[in-house]
Amino acid sequence: MLTPNPQDFLETMSDSPTHRPQTRIVGTPQIRKEGVDKVLGRAKYIDDLPGEGAHEGMWHGATVRSAIPRGRIRAIHFNPRIPWSEFVIVSATDIPGENHIAMIGADQPCLVSEQVNHCDEPILLLAHPDKRRLPEAVAAIRIEYDPLPAVLSIEASETLQEIVWGNDNIFKQFHLEKGNVDEVWASAAHIVEGEYSTGAQEHLYIENNGMIAEYSEETGITVWGSLQCPYYVHKSLMSVFALPADQVRVIQVETGGAFGGKEDYPSIIASHAGLLAMKAKRPIKIVYDRTEDLAATTKRHPSRTRHRTAVDGNGKLLAMEIDIALDGGAYATLSSTVLSRATLHATGPYVCPNVRISSKAWATSTVPCGAFRGFGAPQSIFAIERHMDKIALALSITPDEIRRRNFLHTGDTTATEQRMNEPIILDTLLERALKESDYHAKRKLFAGQNSRSPVKRGLGLAAFYHGAGFTGSGERYLNSLAGIDVPANNKVRVLVANTEFGQGTHTILCQIAAESLNLSYDDVEVAPCDTNVVPNSGPTVASRTSMVVGRLIERSGHQLVSMLRERASLPETYSAPEFFAACDRYRNRQGKVESLCRYEAPPNIYWDDKQYRGEAYPTFAWAVYVAEVAFDSVTYSAEVTNLYAVQEVGRVLNPTLAAGQIEGGVAQAIGYALYEKVLLNNGHMVNNQMTNYIMPTAADVPPIHVFFEEIPFAYGAYGAKGIGELPHDGPAPAILNAIQDATGHSFTAIPLLPEDIFLRFLAPTPNEEPVAQ
Amino acid sequence: MRGNPESHELIGAPNLSAVLAQLSAAPGQWTPIAGGTELMVAHAAGRLNAPKLISLWGLSELNFVRIADNAISIGGGATFGQIRKNAVIETDFPLLSKAASWIGSIANQSRATIAGNIVNGSPAADAPPALLVYDAEIELISARGARRLPYADFHLGYKRSVLQPDELVLALHLPRRFSTHRQYLRKVGTRKAMAITKAALAATAIVEDGVIAEIRLAAASVAERPVRLFATEASLIGKRINASTIQSARDALLSEVRPIDDIRSTAQYRKQVAANLLEEFIHELSPEPSLA
Amino acid sequence: MSLIPLTVNGRPTQVAAPPMKRLLDVLREDLGLTGAKEGCGEGECGSCSIRMNGELVNSCLVPILQADGASIQTVEGLAIDAELHPLQKAFLECGGAQCGICTPGMLMAATHLLESNPRPTLDQIREGLAGNLCRCTGFVKIFDSVAAAAAMGGNLKYAR
Repeated sequence: MLTPNPQDFLETMSDSPTHRPQTRIVGTPQIRKEGVDKVLGRAKYIDDLPGEGAHEGMWHGATVRSAIPRGRIRAIHFNPRIPWSEFVIVSATDIPGENHIAMIGADQPCLVSEQVNHCDEPILLLAHPDKRRLPEAVAAIRIEYDPLPAVLSIEASETLQEIVWGNDNIFKQFHLEKGNVDEVWASAAHIVEGEYSTGAQEHLYIENNGMIAEYSEETGITVWGSLQCPYYVHKSLMSVFALPADQVRVIQVETGGAFGGKEDYPSIIASHAGLLAMKAKRPIKIVYDRTEDLAATTKRHPSRTRHRTAVDGNGKLLAMEIDIALDGGAYATLSSTVLSRATLHATGPYVCPNVRISSKAWATSTVPCGAFRGFGAPQSIFAIERHMDKIALALSITPDEIRRRNFLHTGDTTATEQRMNEPIILDTLLERALKESDYHAKRKLFAGQNSRSPVKRGLGLAAFYHGAGFTGSGERYLNSLAGIDVPANNKVRVLVANTEFGQGTHTILCQIAAESLNLSYDDVEVAPCDTNVVPNSGPTVASRTSMVVGRLIERSGHQLVSMLRERASLPETYSAPEFFAACDRYRNRQGKVESLCRYEAPPNIYWDDKQYRGEAYPTFAWAVYVAEVAFDSVTYSAEVTNLYAVQEVGRVLNPTLAAGQIEGGVAQAIGYALYEKVLLNNGHMVNNQMTNYIMPTAADVPPIHVFFEEIPFAYGAYGAKGIGELPHDGPAPAILNAIQDATGHSFTAIPLLPEDIFLRFLAPTPNEEPVAQ
Repeated sequence: MRGNPESHELIGAPNLSAVLAQLSAAPGQWTPIAGGTELMVAHAAGRLNAPKLISLWGLSELNFVRIADNAISIGGGATFGQIRKNAVIETDFPLLSKAASWIGSIANQSRATIAGNIVNGSPAADAPPALLVYDAEIELISARGARRLPYADFHLGYKRSVLQPDELVLALHLPRRFSTHRQYLRKVGTRKAMAITKAALAATAIVEDGVIAEIRLAAASVAERPVRLFATEASLIGKRINASTIQSARDALLSEVRPIDDIRSTAQYRKQVAANLLEEFIHELSPEPSLA
Repeated sequence: MSLIPLTVNGRPTQVAAPPMKRLLDVLREDLGLTGAKEGCGEGECGSCSIRMNGELVNSCLVPILQADGASIQTVEGLAIDAELHPLQKAFLECGGAQCGICTPGMLMAATHLLESNPRPTLDQIREGLAGNLCRCTGFVKIFDSVAAAAAMGGNLKYAR
C-alpha cells in the first residue's frame, strides 16, 4: 500500500457524510457484546467460580510476604498453635523450573529464596480447604531477617551508596540526541528551567487479582484468572514449571478492570496458584483482598523530569534538554519499555530542532512498578505541558499561543527524526478546545471575579499525543496472529488472545468482523480466551487492540470471503444464511472454516533500537484538553469543575465505547492529579485500604465533555488508531495549569493535595515568576 | 477477608432488658454491635478483638425519634438514614441533618447508628460537633438504671468515655431552642463523599445588633476527641463583629486546638483550616459586606 | 451455626451459617448469588450493595444474624424472566457498564434511588450513587443510564 497523501485525508476528514467511508456496523454504537450478562449480574469473575461441579476438591491459597524492604532471611518459624499438617506449604525449593517470572528480563523471583528486595515480597504459599483459616496461619509464621540497607527513592538510588540491582541500580537508560543542543544556549533569547515530579498511582480496579490453577502430570498446568495477556502468563508458567507450550493452558475469565495492572502481575499469582496446585494435587484458588492487592501489586512508576529549554524571542523552541528519572521498584519488570515511552513523549507535540534526552529507570527497594494506562507518557506529558506554561509566562505569551507557535505539522520531524507524514490537526483541536470551553471569555471573567471571592477559578490547557501501538519494532517482534473461524453453529467466532476488561474488545472486534464479512453484529461472537483455542494475537496493552488486532480481523474477514468465493461458491452478494451455507460446504471439504492473518508492518516504518531513531510509532492520536478548576481558599482544595477533551483518534469504531474510554481515562487522571497518593513507610504502603487511598466518587467527577475528530489511519482497522491510554495523558498538567491560572501559584508535583497547596500559602516561594535569562 | 466468623459468638436478644441483663451479667465480655459499619470493617481486616458480640439491631426501644414541645429525643439505635428523613430534625436541628447526610454513603447511612458514631469515639466522627453546639444531653442505660449527662461531658479522651461496660446509649436529647440561632456546619474531607473528616466546624450563634450574644463552637479532628471550643467562644462572646474580633478569635482557636499529623492530613493544615472555617462562619454572621 | 430464615428476591429460604458470617458471603457461597461482589470489604466501594428490607446496604458489613427474617433484593431479582428492568436496559444502551464488576451494586443503588425519587436531578443521581465506586466509566455514562431509565418511566418498582 502506498504512503497515503495527507491531502486525501484532509478531504475525508470533513464533516460531510459523503466523505466518510461507508460502513454499516463499524462506527455505530452497538450494544456491548457481553453486556447482558453484566447487567444481569450473571457474568462470572474469578471469585464467582467455581460453578457447580467444576474444580472439584478445590482448596484456597494465601501468600506469606516480607515485612522488611531488604534483607536476608535467617529463619522461618511456624507457630505450633496452628495444625500445620492440615496445610500445604510451598517455598522456592518447590519450584520445578526457574525461580523467576519471565517478562522482558527474568530478575524477579517467583518466590524469595534467600534475599528479600521489597516489602510484601512473596516468600511462602499456604493452602487449606477452608479459606477462613488462612489469615490466621499466615499471621502465625514469623520470619527472622538480617536486614540490609534499603533504597527508598530515586534520589537515594542515584547516590549509588547502596547498590540494589545490577552494578549501578539502573534498569535501563536511553540517550537521544537530535541536532546540537550545546550550540544553542549561548545565543538563545531565553532559557527556562523546571523540575516536575509525579507520584506512584494504584490501578484500583474494583476486582482484585485472582486465579484458579489445576495441575496434573498428564495435562500439565491450567490456570483461569483475571488477566490482560494470556500468552504472557503462558510464557511465564512454561518457565516456572519447566513445561513445554502444549502443557500449559491459560484461560481468561471475566475481568473486572485492569488498566495495565493485570498485564504482568497475573504471571506471579498464576505461578503461585500453580505451585500450590502441583504440591496439593488439587485445584487451588488464590484471590487477594483489597489490602493485599494494594500493598503487593504493581503501581505506576513515580517520575522526576528536569527541563532546560531555549526559546527565541517569539517563544519558538530552539533546544530542549530533558532529564528523566523513573522509579522502577525492586525488579525490572516493564521499566525499560515504560522508560522508552516516557522518553519518546518527553518533548510534547512540538517541533524542536535540537533535543537531548537522557532517561534512566532506577531500582529501589519498593514493590516493583508496572504497566498503567499511559505507560510513561502521563509522566512525561505532565512535565512538558507544565513547562510550556512556564515558558509562556516567562515570555508573557498566552498558553494557547505558545503552543500554536510550536505545534508539529505534517512534514515536521520529531525528536527521533520521525517525519510526520500523516495529517496533524493540532491547530484545529486547539481551536475547538478553546471554543468548547469558552476559554478566553471564562479566563477573563474569572480573573475579574477571583479577587472578590474565596473561590478562585481558572482554566488550563494541555496539548499532547500518544503513540499508538507498540514502540518501533515491537509489533514486528510480537508477530501477532489472529482471525476468525466458523464452527458448525452458524456463528462467526473471533479468535484472539486479546481480552475484554471493560474497554470493549469483544464488541469492537465483533463489529469489525461483521463489517468485513458483510454480516450482522449478532452473527459474530468471540471465542473463549483460552490459549488452547486462540492464537497469540499479542497482549492487550499499548492501545493496540482496535488498531492492530482489529486490522488482522478485518483482513481475516476479507480473506474468508475470498476463500468462500473461490472454494464454496459464495455468491457476489449474499445473505447470512447463504454465507453460513457456503461455510458448511467449505467445512465439508476442508474440515474446518478458519481464516487467520499475521501482522504486517505498515510501510516506511523503520525504527533503530540502537540509535534510538526513526519511526517510533506508526501513527499517533492527538489531543488538546482544557481543565476548568475551582480553588477554595478556605480549605486549600482544588477541584475540577469541567474538563473538555478534544482528540483526533482515527476512526471512531463505536462512539459509546470511545467516549467511555475518554471519560474513564479522564476520571482516572483527575485522581492522579488531585486525589491519589501512595503513602509508603519504609517501603510498605500504609494507606492500603479503599478508605484512605482516595479515588474520585460520583460526587467528585466533573462534567466531562468529549469531542472527536477523525482522520482515518490507513493501517488501522477501518481507520482506527489507539484510544485507551490517550485520555490519561493530558488532564493532570491541564489541571495544574488551571490551578496556576486561578491562584497565581505554580505547582510542579502531583498528586497535589490541599495540604501541599496550603504549605505554599504559608510560605510562598520567593521567586514565583519563572526564571528567564 | 481476614476475619473468621467462626471465631466470634454473636447473639441477639428479644428486647433491651435482655441485652442489658446480658451486659450486666458479664461486664466487658459482650461487645454490642448495631449497624456494624465499624465492627464489621475491623472483622474483615482481621482485627476484631471481640470474641463475643451482642446485636442491638432492630431493638425498638433504641430506635425512635420522639418529638416533644421543648426537646427531641433520638434513640441511640436510630440510623443516620432515619435521622435524615425526619422533617422536624431537619427544621430544628439542620446541622444534625446535614451531618447525617455526610456519613459514608446512603448504604452506610441505612445502617450506621448515632450511638455507634458516638461510642466508637473517633475524634473525626460526624455527628458529635452538631450535638455539641446543640447542647445535647446523652442518656445512658444499664440494668442498674438510666442516667443523663451533658453530651459535652461524655468523651474523656482518645476513644475513652464515661460509658461503663454494662451501659448502652439510650438516647440523645436535644433542646428545641436553636431555631433562631445562626447555624453553620462544614466538613473538610478527602473528597466530597465517603470521606473521613480532616477538620470540621459546627457553630450556633445569636447576634444582636452586630454583637455576638451567644455562641457555641465544636470541632472534629482537632483534638483527641470531639470538643467544644470554649476558649474560642469566650473570645467572641459579647464582642462586636469586626476584623479585630475575627483575628483574636482565630488566634484563640489556633491556641485551643491540638490536632495531629496522621495518614489523612497534617496538624498544621487542620489548624489553619479550622481557623478559616471559623472566619467563614463569622463572616456569615456579619451584616457588614466590607468584611468579605 | 444458626438457622437464619430470609426471603431473597421474593423466595423464602433459610441458611445455616455462623451468625457472624457476612450477608455478602451467605449470598455468594450459600445461595449461589454471585452478583454482589467483594471489592474492598470495608463498605467503601459499594460493589456488595443489595437491598435489605427496602434499604440499600453494603452486604459486606451485615452479619447474617441481623438479616434474620429480612427481605433481601439482589441484582439477580431485577429482571423478570427475560424482561430486563428499565435500568438494565438503560445501562446497556447508554454504556453504563464497562468491566461490569461495579454494575450489580450500581444497579441496586440506582434502583433504590429511582424507587423513592423517580425524577432525580443530576446532583441527586450523584448523591445516590456516591457510595458506589466505578473505575472504568468516570461515572458519566452511569449518570446517563440512570437518567435514561428515569425518563423511560414505566415500572421502576422492584417487582419481587
